[in-house]
Amino acid sequence: MALSSLPPFVIFLVGALLVALTKGNVRRAVLVLVPVAGALNLLRLEPGMSIEVGLLGYTLVPFKVDKLSLLFGYLFHLATFIGNVYALHLERDEHAGTQHTSAMLYAAAALGAVFAGDLISVFVFWELLAFTSVFLIWAAGTERSFKAGFRYLVIHVVSGVILLSGALIRAHETGSIEFGHIGLDGSLSGWLILLALGIKAGFPLVHSWLTDAYPEGTPTGTVFLSAFTTKVAVYALARGFAGTEILIYIGVVMTCFPIFYAVIENDLRRVLSYSMINQIGFMVVGIGLGTPLAVNGAVAHAFADVLFKGLLFMSMGAVLYMTGRSKGSDLGGLYKSMPITATLCIIGAASISAFPLFSAFVTKSMIMTAALDEGHTWLWLPLLFASAGVLEHAGIKIPYFAFFGHDSGIRTTEPPRNMLVAMAIGAALCIGIGTFPGVLYGLLPYTLDYWPYDLTHVLTQTQLLVFGILAVVVLIRSGIYPPELRSTNVDAEWTYRWAAPRVVHAVGGAVARVDGALRSVALRIVRGGIALTARGHGPSGLLSRTWPTGSMVLWVAILLGISLILYL
Amino acid sequence: MWDKKENADRLFRVLYAVSALLVIVDFFVHRHTEHPWEHVKAFYPLYGFVGIVLLVLVAKGLRRLVMRPEDYYGAE
Repeated sequence: MALSSLPPFVIFLVGALLVALTKGNVRRAVLVLVPVAGALNLLRLEPGMSIEVGLLGYTLVPFKVDKLSLLFGYLFHLATFIGNVYALHLERDEHAGTQHTSAMLYAAAALGAVFAGDLISVFVFWELLAFTSVFLIWAAGTERSFKAGFRYLVIHVVSGVILLSGALIRAHETGSIEFGHIGLDGSLSGWLILLALGIKAGFPLVHSWLTDAYPEGTPTGTVFLSAFTTKVAVYALARGFAGTEILIYIGVVMTCFPIFYAVIENDLRRVLSYSMINQIGFMVVGIGLGTPLAVNGAVAHAFADVLFKGLLFMSMGAVLYMTGRSKGSDLGGLYKSMPITATLCIIGAASISAFPLFSAFVTKSMIMTAALDEGHTWLWLPLLFASAGVLEHAGIKIPYFAFFGHDSGIRTTEPPRNMLVAMAIGAALCIGIGTFPGVLYGLLPYTLDYWPYDLTHVLTQTQLLVFGILAVVVLIRSGIYPPELRSTNVDAEWTYRWAAPRVVHAVGGAVARVDGALRSVALRIVRGGIALTARGHGPSGLLSRTWPTGSMVLWVAILLGISLILYL
Repeated sequence: MWDKKENADRLFRVLYAVSALLVIVDFFVHRHTEHPWEHVKAFYPLYGFVGIVLLVLVAKGLRRLVMRPEDYYGAE
C-alpha cells in the first residue's frame, strides 16, 4: 500500500541520528522539533494502515495502526516532548550526547513496539527497549548505577528471550505470528508470552528490576524510563490478554503490596517506583476484567499515569539535580527555596491520588466501576484500600518529606527553567485531563457513555481522601508515623542480589570440596597401582629380575625329573 | 511560612472542619450505591481513615522483617 505518512519510529530513529550528530543550540532545536514533527505525522495516521512483508512463509507486519496503538502513539510523543524539554539543560553535561541519543532511540523502540502487528516485530522492539534505555541508568556514572543497569539489562533480555520462545511455539501451533488476542488456552506459548509481558509490566516477584534500577537513573533519564517500558507492557497486555481472569488477581496484588514498601522506603525515587507498580496494578485489573469500560479505564489510566508519574519523577529529579540528594532522611523544608517545584509536585501528587478535577479521578474510576459491574465486590475492597494507600505515599509522603517536614537546612534555588517548563506542561495536562476528560475519552479504543462527575463519586472520593489525609496528620502529630531511616528494605531482588551469590558460593565450595576428595581418592588409587606395578616391574621387581642361566638349567632339570617320576 | 506553629495549626483546624463537614453531609445526601457496604453511613471516611492507619502500622511492622543497613548489598 502507498503510505502518505511514515511509521512513527522511523522519525525518531532519524531524530536520534540528528541528535547524535549535533551539539549546542542546534541539538536543543532537534530535541524539541522531532516529537513535534512526529506528532504532525501521527495525525495523518488512520486505523487500518499497515505495512506487510513476507518472510519464510510468515507475514511480518512491522507497522499497523488501530485505535489502541494510536492512543499509545499520542502518549509516547507527549512523553518524549516533555522529557526532552526537561533534559535541555544537559548540553553542559559531558554525557549529554549519550543521554539524548539514548532517550530518542528508546522512544523510537517504544513507538515501534506499539505499532508492531506481529510478535517477531514486537520482540525486536522489545529487546531494543532494554538496550537503548540502559544508558540512561549507566549515564549516572556511579558503580552502583552500572551494576543496577546491568541487572536491568539481563532481566529484560531474558524477558525478550521468553517472548521469542513463546512467539515461535505459537507460530508452530497456529501457523501465524500475528499479534492479536492471545489469551490463556492452556498452551505453553500463551503462558510464556504472558510471563514475558509480566516481567516488563512489573508483576509481583518479577518486579524488582524496576525498584532496583529506576532510582539509579540520571535525574532526566528516569523520567523517560518511567514513561515507556512498563506502558509498552500494559499496551501489549491490553492487546493480547484482555479478559484473562488471572490478571485480575495479579493486578490486585500489585496494587496492594508495594504501598507497604512505599511507606517505609527512604529514597523518594524508589517510593515512586513502588508507586508505579501500584498504579500498573490498577491497569492490570482493568485488562483482566476485559469489559470495554475496564479496558478503556486501563489504557486511560496508563495515559494519565505517564503524565502524573512523569511529573512526580521530574519534581524529584529537580530536587536531586539541585541538592544531590533524593532521600527523605536528607531532605525537608525545600518549599522555601523551590516553591514552584513544590507546587508542581503537589499537582502531580493530587493527580495520582485521584482528587476530583485531577487526572486519575477520571481514569481509575472506570476500573473501579467496572470491577463492581462484574460482581467483584470482595476484590473491590483491596482496590479501594490501595486507592487510599496511593494518597499516603505519593500524595503526602513525597511532597511532605521533600518540601516540608523537618527543615534539612538545605538552601538551593529553583531548577533550570527548562525543567520548570517541562513540569508545568505535565501539570497542565494532569489538570486538563481531570477537568475535561472528554478529550481523552474520545481517544479510547471503545466508544462508551461514561462520565465520572456525579455527586456520589465526587463526594465519596473526597471523603476517602480527606480522611486519609486526616489519618496521616493524626499519625504524624502523635509520633506514630515511622520516621525516614537510612536503610535498605529487602524485596524480591534479595533472591539474586543476596541469596543467589551466596548459594552459588556455597554450592561452589561444596562442589570443590567433594571434587577435591574424589580427586585425592582417585590419586591414591592411581598411586597405589603405580607402586604395585613398580614392585613387579621396577628395577628390583620380581618380574623384571634377570635370572642366571644356571638357575634356569636347575629348574628345567627339576621339572624334567618330576615328569620322569610321574611317567615311570 | 510553615515553620510557625500557628499557621500549621490553622491548616489543621481547616482539615478537621472539612472532615467533620464531609461526615455530616453523608447523613443528608442520598448517594447511589452499588457495593453492599456502601449503605453504611460514613463508609468512605471510615474506610479511608482505618485503611491508612492499618497501612502505616503494618508497614512499621514490616520494617522488622525487611529493613537492613544501607550498605546491605555492598558499599555504595
